Amino acid sequence: MALKRKDLLGIRDLDTEEINLILDTAESFKEVTTRDIKKVPTLRGKTVVNLFFEPSTRTRTSFELAAKRLSADVINFSVSTSSVVKGESLVDTAKNLEAMQADVIIIRHWAVGAPHLLARTVTSSIINGGDGAHEHPTQALLDLFTLRERKRSLDGLKVAIVGDIDHSRVARSNLYGLKKMGAEVRVVGPATMIPPEIESLGATVYYHLDEALYGVDAIIMLRLQQERQGTPLFPTLREYSRLYCLTPERLHLAKRDVLVMHPGPINRGVEIAPEVADGLSSLILEQVTNGIAVRMAVLFLLAEGKV
Amino acid sequence: MARRVGVGARTPIDEMSKEEKVVLDHLGMQRALNRITHEVLEHNKGTEGLALVGIRTGGVYLAHRLAVKIHEIEKVRVPVGELDITLYRDDLTTKKNPPVLKKTALSFDIHDKSIVLVDDVLFTGRTIRAAMDGLIDFGRPRVIQLAVLIDRGHRELPIRADYVGKNLPTSRDEAVQVFFEEEGEEDRVTIKKHIGEGS
Repeated sequence: MALKRKDLLGIRDLDTEEINLILDTAESFKEVTTRDIKKVPTLRGKTVVNLFFEPSTRTRTSFELAAKRLSADVINFSVSTSSVVKGESLVDTAKNLEAMQADVIIIRHWAVGAPHLLARTVTSSIINGGDGAHEHPTQALLDLFTLRERKRSLDGLKVAIVGDIDHSRVARSNLYGLKKMGAEVRVVGPATMIPPEIESLGATVYYHLDEALYGVDAIIMLRLQQERQGTPLFPTLREYSRLYCLTPERLHLAKRDVLVMHPGPINRGVEIAPEVADGLSSLILEQVTNGIAVRMAVLFLLAEGKV
Repeated sequence: MARRVGVGARTPIDEMSKEEKVVLDHLGMQRALNRITHEVLEHNKGTEGLALVGIRTGGVYLAHRLAVKIHEIEKVRVPVGELDITLYRDDLTTKKNPPVLKKTALSFDIHDKSIVLVDDVLFTGRTIRAAMDGLIDFGRPRVIQLAVLIDRGHRELPIRADYVGKNLPTSRDEAVQVFFEEEGEEDRVTIKKHIGEGS
């Protein structure tokens, strides 16, 4: 069984069979990461390029480690020291990489659809590492993996996604993914941060955090993306925090065994209290560990499918 | 490598096609495994430092069965590991139907152990080559031995088994299949003419 596609551009395109295949495969790769010698020869000789036009700690390092543990050769493309600075276009950059036999290109770009453009243009497998506010499929996959590991099944699970939904590709990908796996999704935030059409994607909208947290099984906190906001979307940081920060008191409103997740990086004290981020319900660091296994699975399945 | 039949699929022997022949029935399999158990214990002078590693999927069933038999004789439980060799294959990107990745479970330290790799059918030897690569990634065993239920010849690499249940001369266009009780079938090994891609 392989993925029915050459690229991973979004969760929206995947069916539940493919999602389950990726998650099951990731389980086997998680075992590899617990070994002393964290390497298997599977992608030996394959070339993987990290083409990141936006900053990243987790995603880029995670993909780099995932590829290296599969014995692939990894190139980290740094935009600021590349010819993009001289005006070279995205398509030309990708075509040059293809000419150097790049097998997989992971792209993170501010423009929605950039990965899709590359997928149409080059034969290399394209993985969307985040395109604007659109999708971040591997983040959603690792979140689904983390939840599934703890909760067995995602069917009927109540999940709340809290924060700047409008600017969040993590929120969108998770919404698609969770709905496909049968979960119930609540999106929570100030009205200025909730996109109007979000209900049509199957989410229930809440403007009050306390109300939204009653009886949830899992909470995904989103970072306040101050760098993306043009017009201010809330009066002060303090007011946002007072209304939407996940505090230990608010955590009690959810189910006893509630799980707390965050894609990172976290703003301690802004959207999440330090005690909660470092507490027993927090899976934040587990998400990072699982991220490598999930990305290994994606690289493996994409490479396997290319005959 | 033998082709695997799904769990619960029953193929009554009288319903088999005329070309499919049983070369080892369940009694034969049992006797072969008994003999292999004794040979392993004799060659290794007991169970000191001994561990079994079954190669998925058939080898795993056999490894567990051998461990049970060893326990019956020596009253010692030897560790049993399960190895999935998919990540070490040399033909991953050329196979039309990519194999499904299963889990490797090697919870004990293999350093300085006498490892007996267990597989159901020894054919080209490529699976064993992959298994050894996989095993070495976990540590440095003192010695690696190989136990197989069936040796059907046609080696493509210089690999040989230390313990063989049955030597079965075959031609390349024949398919050898091993059925297991653990999968809801009656224990047996069959051979039949096969047209199409081999293993």
